[in-house]
Amino acid sequence: MAEPKRITTPLSDEVIKDLHIGDSVLISGVIYTARDSAHKRLIEALERGEELPVDLKGQIIYYAGPAPAKPGKPIGSIGPTTSYRMDPYAPILIEKGLKGMIGKGNRSDEVIEAIKKHTAVYFGAIGGAAALGAKSIKKAEFVAYEDLGPEAIRRLEVVDFPAVVVNDCYGGDIYKQGLKEYGEV
Amino acid sequence: MREIDVSGITSAVKKLCMDANFYLGDDVKKRIYECYEKEESPTGKDVLSQIIENIKISENDEVPLCQDTGYAVLFVELGQDVRLTGGDFTEAINEGVRQGYKEGYLRKSVVTDPLERKNSGDNTPAIIYTDIVPGDKIKIILAPKGGGSENMSEVKMMAPAAGVEGVKEFVVDRVLRSGANPCPPVIVGVGIGGTFEKCAQIAKKALLRPVGSVHPNPYYADLEKELLEKINKLGIGPQGFGGRCTALAVHIEVHPCHIASFPVAVNMQCHVARHKEVII
Ligand code: SF4
Repeated sequence: MAEPKRITTPLSDEVIKDLHIGDSVLISGVIYTARDSAHKRLIEALERGEELPVDLKGQIIYYAGPAPAKPGKPIGSIGPTTSYRMDPYAPILIEKGLKGMIGKGNRSDEVIEAIKKHTAVYFGAIGGAAALGAKSIKKAEFVAYEDLGPEAIRRLEVVDFPAVVVNDCYGGDIYKQGLKEYGEV
Repeated sequence: MREIDVSGITSAVKKLCMDANFYLGDDVKKRIYECYEKEESPTGKDVLSQIIENIKISENDEVPLCQDTGYAVLFVELGQDVRLTGGDFTEAINEGVRQGYKEGYLRKSVVTDPLERKNSGDNTPAIIYTDIVPGDKIKIILAPKGGGSENMSEVKMMAPAAGVEGVKEFVVDRVLRSGANPCPPVIVGVGIGGTFEKCAQIAKKALLRPVGSVHPNPYYADLEKELLEKINKLGIGPQGFGGRCTALAVHIEVHPCHIASFPVAVNMQCHVARHKEVII
């Protein structure tokens, strides 16, 4: 394994251009959680011409809904949810300045196209390694839609959050590459 | 007749909810360690090492392995010489789920109405399959089921002429189309036969068999082996990043079926293959 690349949010185009599929990264800074229902509300707010409850410029959205925090802990177990459910919404948010997404599973052609066009990046985190995932989160607070429970938007302060570059801004896709490299059929 | 107060069921279910979410079975762990040793892809190996570290953290800190602590699915074998007292059987199980998910700080992932989609707030109702069996005991198996892998599952009503080749094609293709979504390495539960719903149910039941166990029927044991080899040649690898270990196991369960029917079901299970059981 090559040494992981350390990156900090918000992400600049320069940093994103240095990321290539298969790169291991350690993310530090602020990231936001949002899943299906939160995305629906964000898009509805945009459709009504309202400001979003969070400024997404240069930011990363983590598709995740954590388990409740035990007393004294900032957050419960947390890992990625399947990303394709956010595909209808993602290109709109990327156009609004969103630079990164963390999830699991492949994205639609529209999302991959938007990633290329607007110099963004999609990371994969390890699904099912959620107790470990919580370790890199130092602080968590609700920023919007608290009524959605696990689906609310949270602001997370992370240090060395591990992820892998799945779709880079050059149109690359680790899932396709992986099949090519290791597939025997 | 043996009398059992349903409060005993509630406390048993509560403990099962927490144990299943904190402690992975030794059979699954063993297979994950073996796959780690064998994995050729560096990224895949790194993923497996993080999965192993995660298992250790969950055990030590008593926190859930995955944030998706699942829909509570229960298989109950109720001895016909048991007389339940003290309340409603189903409600006793739901109360156990309620308490377990609250006290274990487990995520509530159930919406009451599939279209309205409002969270039920306590992870109830559970899904309960009850078999009446001889004896005076109650066996309860709890298998919290995550959404990511469940969503990649499928039932297909095939033509009987499709035969075993049809089964192979369907199962392998289902895994290929699932890619990284069900959090590989996966366990693939295959139901063959029965009716539409029975087929899905036995596919789920197949997931409960210990990893490393061999199908009692040598024909199906060979088929499991062949399917596992085929799936691990796909190259999906841990988390879909490419590699040799896509599946930890393939488990088949079969059932008699109608002369005109040939249902086949694939129930996908992620590496967080949780199930715990108790006998009361
Ligand atoms: S599929 Fe399994 S490991 Fe992946 S997020 Fe769901 S429960 Fe967790």
